[in-house]
Amino acid sequence: MPSYVILEKCDGCKGQDKTACMYICPNDLMVLDKEKMKAFNRAPEMCWECYNCVKICPQQAVDVRAYADFVPMGASVVPLRGSEDIMWTVKFRNGNIKRFKFPIRTTAEGKAEPLGGFETGTDDIKSPVLCTEPASTGGKELPTLKK
Amino acid sequence: MANFETVVVDTDLLIIGGGMSACGATFEAAYWAKKNGLKVAVVDKAAMDRSGAVAMGLSAINQYIGYAAGDNTLEDYVKYVRQDLMGISREDLVYDIARHVDSSVHLFEKWGLPIWKDDAGKYVHEGRWQVMINGESYKVIVAEAAKNAMNQAGFTDWLFERVFIVEPLMDGDTCVGAVGFSVREEKFYVFKAKATLACMGGAVHVFRPRSVGEGLGRAWYPPWNAGSTAYFTIRAGAEMTCQEVRFIPVRFKDGYGPVGAWFLLFKSRATNAMGEEYMVTRANELPQWAPYGLAKPIPANLRNWLGMEDVMEGKGPIYMRTEEAIANIAAAYKDDPKAFKRKMKELESEAWEDFLDMTISQSLLWAGSNIQPEEKSSEIAAAEPYFIGSHSGASGAWVCGPADVMPADYQKQWEPLGVYNHMTTVKGLFTAGDGAGASSHKFSSGSHAEGRIAAKGAIAYIVDHNTAPKVDDAAVNKMKEVILAPMALFEQHVAMSSDPDINPNFIKPKMFMFRLQKIMDEYVAGVSSQFTTNKSLLERGLELLTMLKEDSAKLAAADLHELMRAWENTHRMWIAESHLRHVLFREESRWPGYYYRADFPKMDEANWKCFVNSVWNPKTGEWTIKKVPVVNLPV
Repeated sequence: MPSYVILEKCDGCKGQDKTACMYICPNDLMVLDKEKMKAFNRAPEMCWECYNCVKICPQQAVDVRAYADFVPMGASVVPLRGSEDIMWTVKFRNGNIKRFKFPIRTTAEGKAEPLGGFETGTDDIKSPVLCTEPASTGGKELPTLKK
Repeated sequence: MANFETVVVDTDLLIIGGGMSACGATFEAAYWAKKNGLKVAVVDKAAMDRSGAVAMGLSAINQYIGYAAGDNTLEDYVKYVRQDLMGISREDLVYDIARHVDSSVHLFEKWGLPIWKDDAGKYVHEGRWQVMINGESYKVIVAEAAKNAMNQAGFTDWLFERVFIVEPLMDGDTCVGAVGFSVREEKFYVFKAKATLACMGGAVHVFRPRSVGEGLGRAWYPPWNAGSTAYFTIRAGAEMTCQEVRFIPVRFKDGYGPVGAWFLLFKSRATNAMGEEYMVTRANELPQWAPYGLAKPIPANLRNWLGMEDVMEGKGPIYMRTEEAIANIAAAYKDDPKAFKRKMKELESEAWEDFLDMTISQSLLWAGSNIQPEEKSSEIAAAEPYFIGSHSGASGAWVCGPADVMPADYQKQWEPLGVYNHMTTVKGLFTAGDGAGASSHKFSSGSHAEGRIAAKGAIAYIVDHNTAPKVDDAAVNKMKEVILAPMALFEQHVAMSSDPDINPNFIKPKMFMFRLQKIMDEYVAGVSSQFTTNKSLLERGLELLTMLKEDSAKLAAADLHELMRAWENTHRMWIAESHLRHVLFREESRWPGYYYRADFPKMDEANWKCFVNSVWNPKTGEWTIKKVPVVNLPV
């Protein structure tokens, strides 16, 4: 059913006006049932399995069950995303397990420095030189073709 | 819907979208808008951290030139794209994006994106233009930099998330903003702007996908890309180009996991049921697509085509020979078992990261099927068609190029309007990424660079045209009524039927989408018709599409989410019609692995080595289509 909510774990993000999964889903699929205080995926057949709801859930209450119309049953892929890396646990249909860990960023969260320390070579709004250029291209000047 | 509040937002530059090109545009606009004392508003139907096609992440950056270090030249990139698109590309746009893309990639690295490096400190390449990344958080990082740029420049209240833009706002032939609605609360939004930059991505689910159950959502490109950029530019009256050039990716079957690492990094072969390699057995067909078929690399659509022919002849399935590729690598380490073990561990991790970074479903499919790539081949297949002008398709608007590179023959079209980089043929309307046509192979990094180019062009336009946009309130009220009509229609009729989805007075968005997909699949060269069509099929398709268009006035929505779906599917229907008209107009088969005209099975260089451009006239509702000559750059 693509992403689904484990009812026992979901706390509806404790009654805030929107849940983390609602906030992040790029396809507007996750909804909070305010009576039950549980989130759910309202249209599983439109789910891309991007796992953003799984990665963001503070209760680890969202999981993905692979598309039932073409994937044999029994596998699971579970991420644990930290501030520097992500751990993946891949469980096979036959019970085998593989674990992988990959870095996700080299700077502290929220700290991306927009101009990256590069100077902009012009103030001219009509020039093809963009902000941080030419320094950020690595070259001394922006290339052009003589017409 | 009397209870929908109207919210008016006055800005100078309006950026619509939240993906790579919109983030590039936001980053760049922050700098130039601040310098010129201008305002910026960004409106996104999702959350910028994870919106757009890179929402899940990516395992590679597919466009990096490395020109300053002398790795490649811009001219080489122009030739590469010319070749892959069978001679049809806006080389000025390709050149321009290429000269800025390295800047974007270097910024990504500074912002915190882990790019793989070798011992000498050089980027690790997957192919000539592709660099490997640990890209799970690629989009988060790029969005963060865009937001920080705006916030640090002192802008406040500039980001509007979960607002879906439906329609351009026009003052005569000038675009003066956009209208839409919140998908969270009953609010109708009117953005008034001096320039508008449309970056809402390409289109998915226009054609019936291979999987139609739960797997409907497992499109290769994300299902939230609904053709909204094309709709926006077409409806504003902008000239469109290459709308016939859809893209069909060949990927691991059903999961649509990437094959680039297997082909390029692991040097895997693809073979058919007989063990034949179609790239070898069918090599003698390539001369009929000369000169493009004879040069290297062989264009993606021709590689597709040779594989498709095997499938059509009953020689499927096509397998990616992962076990053979790994055995070949192992052979290189046969005298050193320890090094072999280490290499295998590294390869396994790389292969799985390729999926986990960008197509997690493929990992689920392999795990669910007990696939060990070193033991067993995996099936690959041609997916359904997509509209993705940033990748190897080319659909999008016809935009102004950079003044220092654009050929005079192109430039003269903008001289009466103003020469502003990436302005469409509509004054005040700009686009980038999947929205800008004939400038393929920009991918994620080039789309970011292109968003930046377009934002600077738009700010330059505003500096020269700094007058308050004229907006007709009566026209806005009429648009509000039309945009909210699906909810009114539902309310009016729902009570008469036992089923809220089945009612003779309306059609719900999901069935409307299925009706569109069936037409496109069966008449306009989708999967079930082996990507093949002809004049009669197209004309019949247009008849059916015309009735669908009439019925779009009967779309009904039970809530705000469905209201968005209703309009997304209207957007899909318009890109579908535009596509069909272009395919019908071009009487040849130039990109056989994307679509094949059975009535014109050959490429016709003498008559069709040209762009096909179209305009929908907002005043009359008529389409005009014409040929436009290709001007090559002197490279």
